[in-house]
Amino acid sequence: MTLSTAELVGAEARRWRPWGFFRTRLEMLGIGGRWVVILPPLLWLIVFFLIPLAVVIGISFSESVVGQPPYLPLLTISSAGDVQLTLHLSNFVFLTQDHLYFDAWFSSLKIAAISTVFALLVGYPMAYFIARSSDRVRNILLMLVILPFWSSFLLRVYAWIGFLKNNGVINNFLGLFHIGPFTMLQTDFAVYVGIVYTYLPFMILPLYTNLVKLDETLLEASADLGARPIRTFLSVTLPLSVPGIVAGSMLVFIPAIGEYVIPTLLGGPSTLMIGRVLWDEFFANRDWPLASSVAIAMLVIVVAPLMLLQRAQNAVVER
Amino acid sequence: MKRGLFLPIAATLGFIFLYAPIISLIVFSFNESKLVTVWGGFSTKWYGELFANPQVLDAGLLSLRVATASATIALVLGTLCAVALTRFRRFKGKTLLGAMVSAPLVMPDVITGLSLLLLFVAMEQLIGWPAGRGELTIIIAHSTFCMAYVTVVVSSRLSDLDLGLEEAAQDLGAVPARVFFDITLPIIAPALVSGWLLSFTLSLDDLVIASFVSGPGSSTLPMVIFSKIKLGVSPDVNALASLIIGVVALGVVIATIFQLRRPQKKTPA
Repeated sequence: MTLSTAELVGAEARRWRPWGFFRTRLEMLGIGGRWVVILPPLLWLIVFFLIPLAVVIGISFSESVVGQPPYLPLLTISSAGDVQLTLHLSNFVFLTQDHLYFDAWFSSLKIAAISTVFALLVGYPMAYFIARSSDRVRNILLMLVILPFWSSFLLRVYAWIGFLKNNGVINNFLGLFHIGPFTMLQTDFAVYVGIVYTYLPFMILPLYTNLVKLDETLLEASADLGARPIRTFLSVTLPLSVPGIVAGSMLVFIPAIGEYVIPTLLGGPSTLMIGRVLWDEFFANRDWPLASSVAIAMLVIVVAPLMLLQRAQNAVVER
Repeated sequence: MKRGLFLPIAATLGFIFLYAPIISLIVFSFNESKLVTVWGGFSTKWYGELFANPQVLDAGLLSLRVATASATIALVLGTLCAVALTRFRRFKGKTLLGAMVSAPLVMPDVITGLSLLLLFVAMEQLIGWPAGRGELTIIIAHSTFCMAYVTVVVSSRLSDLDLGLEEAAQDLGAVPARVFFDITLPIIAPALVSGWLLSFTLSLDDLVIASFVSGPGSSTLPMVIFSKIKLGVSPDVNALASLIIGVVALGVVIATIFQLRRPQKKTPA
């Protein structure tokens, strides 16, 4: 710090101060400093997050009609000035009666859970290997894990179509040995592969962050006491990496439930997932009220428990 | 030793799993034949066809404009939100703000898209704005979900930050805004850069939300790719994919080299 006073004063004069102008104007309106920071994101989220949810709830109680927009208003004002509120529960009743919706929920959870387990089985050795590598190799491997994540999700799913098709890369390769061909595309198997593939980085990174902190002396101690590597892994490494396993699994499981693109492109007509049902209800059947009630049911049954779980997990981590 | 072999083999297979589809995608983009998985000789004709397709070019430009605008809006709103949540002790609506900003992280895209579309339709009926749907509505939708990611990235950096620096500036008489622009902002700049890049990528990548909130005539690049893919595998999509992957790979490699070259002394052990 060898700046002279004159230089400091000069720097002070040249400094750009956009906040001074706004501050005086806003203070005239009675809005003090903190609210300048809080209000923009708060208002934005109220208008573009909270109100939309309210609109969805409202329309889910409406009735579908042919028209623009394709639903009836909830509030009607008669010529005499009476306001009438009409709520239809028919959409929700329909959801419980047609077992398509129950099947779709159940199958979304099943597909997400199975994919998460496979992602863990593929991701864990990779994360462990990266964590045990030397610094240089580790950075390169981490880059290789993250790289696909930055490239287009849609195109990574697309790549698997060429791979799994009946005359695709895998079947052509197996054909050289006179094996197959196997039908792999448009099956649940393809959906599992697609989900594991696209969400693998989300599994590996939290696992890596956890495993890299593992104290190697614990492993040595275990080996010195005569434990075989598999025993050391099961009784030392695995229990210590539970937080990483939980974090990674949540990051794969949660987005997988609502997935639309992967079951549509890789799955068959029988692959039911709730995101796909909502999409079809909206775009193919143009039944906005029913699509809204599917969304509300999805929020209540799937998303709300997950948010509570996440909050509980955060509380544990903070402690 | 058993473990000594198992890990490298499993990890190698994992990396093959990650890269085999991408590599085959790139290889077949140079395929002469229209049959995507049968080799018919080397050719770059699909790249030429791609650049001659105005639909793809328009969609690509629209996606870039939307991604730039929404990443920038998300950066500003997300940073304000992160500052409010980490720096302000208590204010009316703090819990609400925290819940609302983290919800899009667990919210399925189909619900986000549907709810915003229904909002835009209802608003158009009530106040006549936004008139029709297109670029503007996609930007609003993308800013909203990207802002959640910016908030996460920036808050984690803000909570790691040494409060002493900000307090020192305050003790020296700087008003809070001055402290933020002179002290906090330069320190959290790397988090802002990664938050912006993350938002840009997420916006560029989004198919589901954009499909809901866009109108006729404004298809983003993922929407065009998706409708092409649904018709079957086509070599010009391979060419497009290779170009995107190439650009991304170059960016990530440069960023990694840049990071590795930087003196490591700043990172605490």
